[in-house]
Amino acid sequence: MAARASRLTRFNIAALALGFAFLYLPIVILVIYSFNASKLVTVWGGWSLRWYGDFFNDQAMLAAAWMSLRVALVSATAATLLGTLAAVALSRGGHFRGRTLFSGMLYAPLVMPEVITGLSLLLLFVALDAERGFWTVTIAHTTLTMCFVAVVVQSRLGSLDRSLEEAAMDLGCDPVRAFFAATVPLIWPAVAAGWMLACALSLDDLVIASFTTGPGSATLPIRIYSEVRLGVKPEINAICTLIIGVVTLVIVAASLASKLSSARGESAAPL
Amino acid sequence: MAEDIANSGTLPDSVDTRLPPKDAPLLRIDAVEKRFGGFVAVDELSLEIRTGEFFALLGPSGCGKTTLLRMLAGFESPDRGRILLNGQDIAAVLPHQRPVNMMFQNYALFPHLSVAGNIAFGLKRAGLPGAEIADRVAEMVALVKLEGLEKRRPDQLSGGQQQRVALARALARRPQLLLLDEPLAALDKKLRESTQLELMALQRRLGTTFVIVTHDQEEAMTMADRIGVMESGRLEQVATPRQLYEAPVSRWVAEFVGDINIFEGTVEARDGGRLTIATRDAGAIVAAAPRQPGETTRICVAIRPEKVRLSRRGPVADAVEIGAINRLEGVVTDVSYLGGLTGYTVKLDDGALVRASMANIARLDIDSYAAGQRVVAWFSPDDCVVLER
Repeated sequence: MAARASRLTRFNIAALALGFAFLYLPIVILVIYSFNASKLVTVWGGWSLRWYGDFFNDQAMLAAAWMSLRVALVSATAATLLGTLAAVALSRGGHFRGRTLFSGMLYAPLVMPEVITGLSLLLLFVALDAERGFWTVTIAHTTLTMCFVAVVVQSRLGSLDRSLEEAAMDLGCDPVRAFFAATVPLIWPAVAAGWMLACALSLDDLVIASFTTGPGSATLPIRIYSEVRLGVKPEINAICTLIIGVVTLVIVAASLASKLSSARGESAAPL
Repeated sequence: MAEDIANSGTLPDSVDTRLPPKDAPLLRIDAVEKRFGGFVAVDELSLEIRTGEFFALLGPSGCGKTTLLRMLAGFESPDRGRILLNGQDIAAVLPHQRPVNMMFQNYALFPHLSVAGNIAFGLKRAGLPGAEIADRVAEMVALVKLEGLEKRRPDQLSGGQQQRVALARALARRPQLLLLDEPLAALDKKLRESTQLELMALQRRLGTTFVIVTHDQEEAMTMADRIGVMESGRLEQVATPRQLYEAPVSRWVAEFVGDINIFEGTVEARDGGRLTIATRDAGAIVAAAPRQPGETTRICVAIRPEKVRLSRRGPVADAVEIGAINRLEGVVTDVSYLGGLTGYTVKLDDGALVRASMANIARLDIDSYAAGQRVVAWFSPDDCVVLER
C-alpha cells in the first residue's frame, strides 16, 4: 500500500504521528529506560547494558523465561495440530448436522474473557486432581490458542478449490495422499502463521497462566508481574524489551508467511 | 522402448498396445442411477461408448451430465447400476485406481507446481523412473505446444495456456478414457473454435477415447462422433450430429438442438408416404410420413429455418396441388442480417410465425426481403420432421 506522495498532507502526517505516538510512546520509553545506567527508574543516568547482564545472571528470571519458552513451543505445536484438524473437519466435512454450531463453538473462546477461561480450567484441573505446573499451563494455552489457529487455517482452506484434491486423486493419489500433495503445500503458510501466532499469544499470557500454574513453575509474565508488585526494577525494563523483540520477530515472520501464501494467487490468511 | 513399457509400473495400459479392437464397447453404463437427497440426478441411464470414440454429453445445466462424468471419474458412486470399463465393473474402484483421467472445468492446476511439475504429477505417483518422466513430460509439452513455458507457474499463464497444461496433465498417464468437463467454457470464442479443431486432431492422433461434457451444442456438433443429449437425468437421444439435427426423436431434442419451426396439428389423411396435417395456425401441411408411424394423430410438424425458402411469388401451383411442395403465405416482420446468413421471420396469414434463414450467396442484395413485404414461404415435405406432441 504505497501511498502517493501527494496524499501525505500535513494533516495526514500529524494524525499518523499522533496515533503512532499513542500506541508506541510507552513502549519506546520502556525500551530507552532499559538501557538506563541509573538504578532509579525515573532518573536518566546514561547508556548501559548492565540490566541485561543482571537478567542473564538472575537464575529465577531465566528459569521463568525458559518455562515460558517451553510452554509456548509445546502449546503452539499442539494448538496448531488440533486447530488445523478442526479447520479441515469444518471446511471439508460437508454440511453435516450442527456444523454451524460447531464452528460457532470453535470461535467462541476468541471472545471469552480470559478470567473465565482461566477459572474454568483451574476448576477442571482441581476436579481432576492434576498437579499444577508446566503441563497444566501448556494445556490451558493450547485451549486458548487453538481457536486462533483454526480461524487462520479455515479461512485459507475456504479459499482453496476443492477440485485440486480431486485432481490429485484423479492423478493417482489416494485421498490421504491427495490431501498432503495438493492441499498441505497450499495451506502450510497459514499453518505456520497460526503456529507463530499461538506462540506469541502463549508468551504474552498472564491471566490464564496465573490461574493454572502451580508453585515453582512461574512463567515469565507471572514472574515479572510479581516483581513489579514489589517495585519496578530496571531489570524488568530489559526483560520486557527482550520480550517485545521476540514477539515482534514472531509476528513479522507470521505475516510474511501469510503474505507468501497470498503471493501465490490465493487470498491471505487474516492477520 | 520395450524396457520403458516394462518399467511403467502401475501406469494404466497404453491405449494402442493392449486394448480390444476398435468398435468393441470400452465403456458400458448399465442402468445407472444417482440421487442427491430426493433429487434424481441420473435416472436409470444406459450407454455404450466405443474405443477411440469422441463422445459428447450435451444438455442444459442441471441435466445430470456432470454427475455422470464424475461417476465415470470415480468422484461419485452410483446408487444403482453398473459402470463397466473393458468389461470390469469399476463402480466401486477409487479414482486413483482407474485408468481414467479427467480434465476439470476450472483446470484445477496445482498453483505451487510449475507447468512441468503439474504434468509430471501423475507420472510420479505411478512410480515411473525419473528419466522416463522427463521424456514423457517433454513429449506432452510438445503435444500441446507449450515449449519454453515448462518452468512457469500456472498463474503466469494465459487462460488458453492453462487449458493446455490441464490437457497435457490429464493425458500424461495415457488414460484409456479421458473425461473433459466443459473444457473450453472459459475460453473466448475465437480461441474456443481453434482449440476445438486442435482437440479433435489430438484425439485422432492418440486414439484415446474422449468423453466431453458440454452445454454448447455447436461445440458438441463440431467435435463429437456421437452426441448423447441429456435431460432430467435421462438420455433423450444418442446419435451422430447429423442424425441429431435432421432426425430428432422428440420435440424436446428438436427444440434443444438448433433452431426449428414447430406447428401443432392432427393427421388428416395418409396417402402412401405422405401425411396431410391440419395445423392449428399454418393451414394444411404435407409431410413425409415417419418410418415408424405412431398411433397418435395429435402430432407436430417441424421444419428447420434453413429449409424454408422465401420467394415473391412462390413455386408453380401444380406442385402445391399434388402435394409436392408446402406453400405458406405471409408478411415478413423481422429481418436480421448475420453476415453469412440472413434470418427472416414471416407472420403467416393463418397466424403462425415462421423463421427462415437464407445463405447470402451473392454480395448484391438481389434476393433479400424487407420487413412488411408479402412473401411465400415454401418447403418440401421431405424436409419436414413429424414428431409426437
